[in-house]
Formats: sequence, C-alpha cells, structure tokens
Amino acid sequence: MNRFSLKFLPYGLFMILFTLIPFLMIIWFSFTNESCGLTFENILKIGNYWGVIARSLAFALAATIICLVISYPFACFITKFSKLTQKLLIILIMLPMWTNLLLRTYAWMTILEKNGLINNFLKTLGLPQLRMINTPGAVILGMVYDFLPFMIIPIYTTISKIDKNLIEAGNDLGANSLQTFRRIILPLSVPGIVSGVSMVFVPATSTFIISQMLGGGSNALVGDLIESQFMGSTYNPWLGSALSFVLMIIIALIMAITRKFDKTETEALLN
Amino acid sequence: MELGLKNMNNILELKDISISFEGEQILDKLNLYIRDREFVTFLGPSGCGKTTTLRIIAGFLKPDSGEVFFDNKNITNDPPHKRNVNTVFQRYALFPHLNVFENIAFGLKIKKMPKNEIKERVSRLLKVVNLEGFERRRPFQLSGGQQQRIAIARALVNRPKILLLDEPLCALDLKLRKQMQLELKEMQQSLDTAFIYVTHDQEEALTMSDTVVVMNEGEIQQIGTPEEIYNEPKNAFVADFIGQSNILNGVMLKDYRVYFAKKEFDCVDKGFKPRQPVDVVIRPEDLQIVPKDSNSAKFVGKIDSVVFKGVHYEMEVYAQNMYWLVQTTKHLKKGEEIGLNFSPDDIHIMSKLFDQMTNIMMATVIDEDTIKFLDVEFKRVFLNLEVGCQVKLTIPPESIHLVSSDFADIVLPLDSIIYKGAYNEMYFYYEDEEENDKYILVHSENEEEVGTELGLKFDFSQVEVEKFE
Repeated sequence: MNRFSLKFLPYGLFMILFTLIPFLMIIWFSFTNESCGLTFENILKIGNYWGVIARSLAFALAATIICLVISYPFACFITKFSKLTQKLLIILIMLPMWTNLLLRTYAWMTILEKNGLINNFLKTLGLPQLRMINTPGAVILGMVYDFLPFMIIPIYTTISKIDKNLIEAGNDLGANSLQTFRRIILPLSVPGIVSGVSMVFVPATSTFIISQMLGGGSNALVGDLIESQFMGSTYNPWLGSALSFVLMIIIALIMAITRKFDKTETEALLN
Repeated sequence: MELGLKNMNNILELKDISISFEGEQILDKLNLYIRDREFVTFLGPSGCGKTTTLRIIAGFLKPDSGEVFFDNKNITNDPPHKRNVNTVFQRYALFPHLNVFENIAFGLKIKKMPKNEIKERVSRLLKVVNLEGFERRRPFQLSGGQQQRIAIARALVNRPKILLLDEPLCALDLKLRKQMQLELKEMQQSLDTAFIYVTHDQEEALTMSDTVVVMNEGEIQQIGTPEEIYNEPKNAFVADFIGQSNILNGVMLKDYRVYFAKKEFDCVDKGFKPRQPVDVVIRPEDLQIVPKDSNSAKFVGKIDSVVFKGVHYEMEVYAQNMYWLVQTTKHLKKGEEIGLNFSPDDIHIMSKLFDQMTNIMMATVIDEDTIKFLDVEFKRVFLNLEVGCQVKLTIPPESIHLVSSDFADIVLPLDSIIYKGAYNEMYFYYEDEEENDKYILVHSENEEEVGTELGLKFDFSQVEVEKFE
C-alpha cells in the first residue's frame, strides 16, 4: 500500500461504514419485506403518498423562492459596507443557526399560536384574531426562517468576490447601474444562487419537525411520513426506506437540472 | 504648469484639480491640456498621482475641487457612463461570463446599435488587434497578451475621443511588452483617438509618447516631448527618474559659468542668480573616455567597476572624490586610470528641488546645559545661556546618521533621495510649530525608499549653536 492510500484509509473506512453501507441498506430495505424476500411492494405503496411528496416539494419550492427574493438584495446590500461591518452582519445572520432548531421553532409557535403574541396584540387593539398556526403558511415561514442563512451566505460570498474593476469597466463602456447589474453582477452571481437554492431546497424538502410543530397534522410532509415509519405506531422501516430512496432520486434529479444551469457560469469563473 | 497653448485642438482640459484621500493630498492644483489625437504619457513613481488623474478623467473619482473640460464642455459631474472616454484597465477586467465577441460588443449593445453593425465593428476591431477568429473564446482561454488586446479592442470599438490606458502592459513579459508598445503606437497613429497612457516605466514613456508628463507627489514636474524630457530635465527628480545620470551639487558663478566637482566649467545655461546653488546633470553616455595625460581630460580617475550591458559597457569611475557613471563601447579594465571629457552642452543645469544646503533650526534652552529642538534634547557644556532663550542651530547634513528607529533621536519620513556621486542627498519631512512644511537635509551612503519612516541620529558635537537675537 503506498503512502497516499494509507493516509486515505481512515477516511475511506469512515465513508464505507457511515455512507456507503447505510446507503446500500436503504436500497436493500426498499426492495425487501419482513421475511427478507425481494419485492416491489414498498415502491408501489408510495403511490398512496404522492400527495404528501408533492406537498413537500411545493412547500420547499415556495420557501426556496421566498428565501431567494429576500436574500439576493440583502446580500448585495451587505457588500456595500466596510469589511468590518460586513463580518459583523454575517455573524448576525448566522447567530440564529447557533440556537437549537427545536427552540427556534417553539419560539415561532408562541408567536403564531391562537393565544400567541400576534393574536394577543391584535386583541388589545380590538382587531379580529388570525388563524396562523397549523396552516401551510406557518410551515413555509418556519422553513424560510430556518434556512435563510444558507441562501444569504453563498450569494453574499459570490457577489463580494466579483472584481470591482468589472463594474467600473461596465460603467466605462456606457452601462448605467441598472445595466451593470443585469449584464455583469447578476450573471456572475449565478453560482451563488445555485448553491443557495440547493442548500435550502434539499433540507426543506425532507424537513419534518417544523411541519409537525407549525403545521399540525394536516400539513404533514414526506419527512414526517418517513419518521412515523420508523418511530411511530405504524412501524414499517421497509416503506420508510423506499420513501427515502424515492425522495433521494427526485432531489438528485432536480439538483442535476439546477447544476446544468450553473455549469456555463462556473466554467467562466475558473480562470 | 501648463501644457501647450490653449487652442481649438485641446480635447481635454484639467483645471486646478485637487483631491485627497484620508487627509493625504494626492493631487494639488493640477493643470493640464491634452490635444486631440495626441499620445500623452503620465510618468512617475507609484503614488505620484498618475492613476488618480486618469480615474478623474474617466469619471470614477470626483475631484475635491477643480474642473474637467471635455471638448470645452464641463464634465466634472458627469458619471463615467456618460463620458466619451474609454479605459483599458491594468488587469484587463474582461467580463469572465462573456466570450470575446460579447466582451467587445458590450458597449455597442448598451447603445442598442443594430446587430449587423455591431458584428461589422467587432470584426474590424478584431482585425486591428490581430485576433481574428477568436470570437467564441472565453477570456480565461486567452494568454495575457491576447486578453490585453481584447481589452483594448473593447474600449476602442466605442470610438472614444480619448482612450485611457492604466499601466496596460505591466503584467506582460518583457518581449511581449516591447511588441505591444510598438503595436499600440501604430494603432494610435492610425486612429482618430488621443491616448492617455499611465506608466512608471521611463523607457516605455520615451518610446511611445508625443508628450510626456512627469509627475511626483501629486504635482507635475515637467511636460515635454520625450527628447526635451531626456535632454533638458527641469530638475534633479526628472533627471533621476528618466534615466541613470550623474547628478552633482554645483554653484552657478555667473551666466555660462558653473562650479562643480571642485572645478569651474563653461556651460550653455544662463538666467540663474550669481552664486545660486544648482543641480548639475551629466548623462553617462555624454562622458567621453580620453587618455589620462590628454589635454582634453577634465578629470582623471580610476575605473572602479565594469559591467557589460549588451550594446555598451557601464563603468563607475572614481574621480574628484566621487563616483561617475560612464557608458562606453570601449572595453577597459577595472583599475585602469583614465581621463574624462565632456563639452559645455553636455552639462545640464537645473534649479534645486530644495534650495537648502544645510540645516538651520531654531531651538530653546530648557536647562542650564540642555537645548531642545523638535522633540530632541541634547547637552552642551559651558553653554552660558539663560533658560528659555532661543538659539539658532546649524546642523551639517553629513553629521546626521541613519540608524534603526530604536536608537534614533527622531523618526521622520524620507521625502526625496538623489545620488550625488559620493553620497545620497536625502530630504526628511517634518512640520514646524506653525505647521509649515520643513525638511532636514542628510547626506548618507544608505540607499532608502522614498516614503519610508527612518530613524535619524545627530552627532551633537558637530552642531553649531548661536544665540538668536
């Protein structure tokens, strides 16, 4: 064994033990039943749950779009500050990520609840109360809140790396600030947008705790469904594995499409 | 200082331009005219304000005061995208997400020019810069020289009245740089465009320009043709920057008569005050080597070093207690004794940048035997002066030594350094109590960078103290 492979050994072992074997196990469970016989039953059963999968994808898509709309102008805005202020703002953006996800979601519950902060406030003003908790809106709000930093940071990083000379060159060649944005800054920030989108969309699709806490029973997502196959009363790890497997394939397909969109842009940035 | 006459040909005019960053004055009341179709070079060391001037013309910077006129129209407040000038950036700044065609067409697309016309103009420019067939390449697939040509084409395709070039060749290797210099000059001659070219490379400036503007510390030192700048430098800074020279201290005795290197000489300059201290410049290629016993030998000296430079030999000759730089095609050996000759018109006389020959400073007696000036205190026994009385100090420039700042009496920034044959003449900057700009003159053998903070140590035994009445 040469030196290189010796150094790689611990990582290789780790990857085999904790990535490859679990992955193969998921596939194995997906296509077997209780008595270890090969079957397509699990995959076919997923047909009953297309609604949940579609809802998961739709919620994740909505959350991703909202994150993008908030993040892009904000990321541009950050780059306008001095280096020190930029660092400070980035820390402020990351700060909620250092707080436990469960805690953050509980906080939203107390804000959105029937007798929560907002409704109490409306009550004191004498206004009608709103139904916020246990709606799709609440779930999407939770997702946006939790995943926003994952969108802002990659976009901010790409925008702040754009050579200021390019913007000056654009102005010099007659482009006003709007044209400079559309023709230079926006196309050059596509790699940041793509990685932001994948970093939000993927975890949002398979999230489960947010939907349970803010969405109630009626807004269950595929993550909740998978969880209940392993933890709940409907114990069925074979179906759970099949669901995970199918979800993985759907996400992989979507990401492949997004990456393709990104490819032409990143190529240009490799110089 | 002004360039040229104010005539109809002036395409650009800078009037009293001043700008400072973070309290540091970068340009100080700069005045300049640039004629139509002229190749002008801003030449100077880094930090002299040449790039700042260029950025003010392009519109990326707004001067604190002063005005910019383009075609007799005040454009001081116009943003860059409304100016009919284009820039070639130092690092090219090609758009990485666009191919060569799209890069060059950028300005034309912004102007919403018809597609077939864009195509025609771009392919014509690609021909001018010798890169036909490169339309579909991306910038990262091109070499440095090719990227530079695309950057030039991208600017020229808009047919600007003025093309600004910010050290465009500095990232290229020597051979390519020489070739691009010639190409740029040819391009400029065949076009209807004035070029304003920024460089710190004196050779580049002399080869390419119609007019050279030598700048230092935000001020124009001299404006002229390359020949004028080279042959008649206005001061020691220009002479030193434009090429290797022998720069010496001298005294103008009367018109056409100068004293330097312990001898009197005839010269061709006049108009100085009698006994005015001057800088004397003799170019190394103007010093002729003659036999040491020849009648024409002005000095006799010994060769200290010889270096072969390809076309000529460069040698240092020790004569009259100083080193003379001499260029010759004759091959001579180290240690040989030779005579040096030069004619009156080889002697270039210039007013001194600083007219101070020594350091005279006011100081206060702060104790029985202690004198204080700047933040320096020193003791002088048997002073016999009252505490609080003012004294005049004369500090000879050779009595001040450069030391590391830990051992220094005072640390000051170096403002100017010129080699004077036997020592470097250095001026250190300080402000007196009334905030006037003052300089301390030091003669030293050390070689230092302008702008660095250096420690000075005084030899107090050589300081002359006089009571000030």
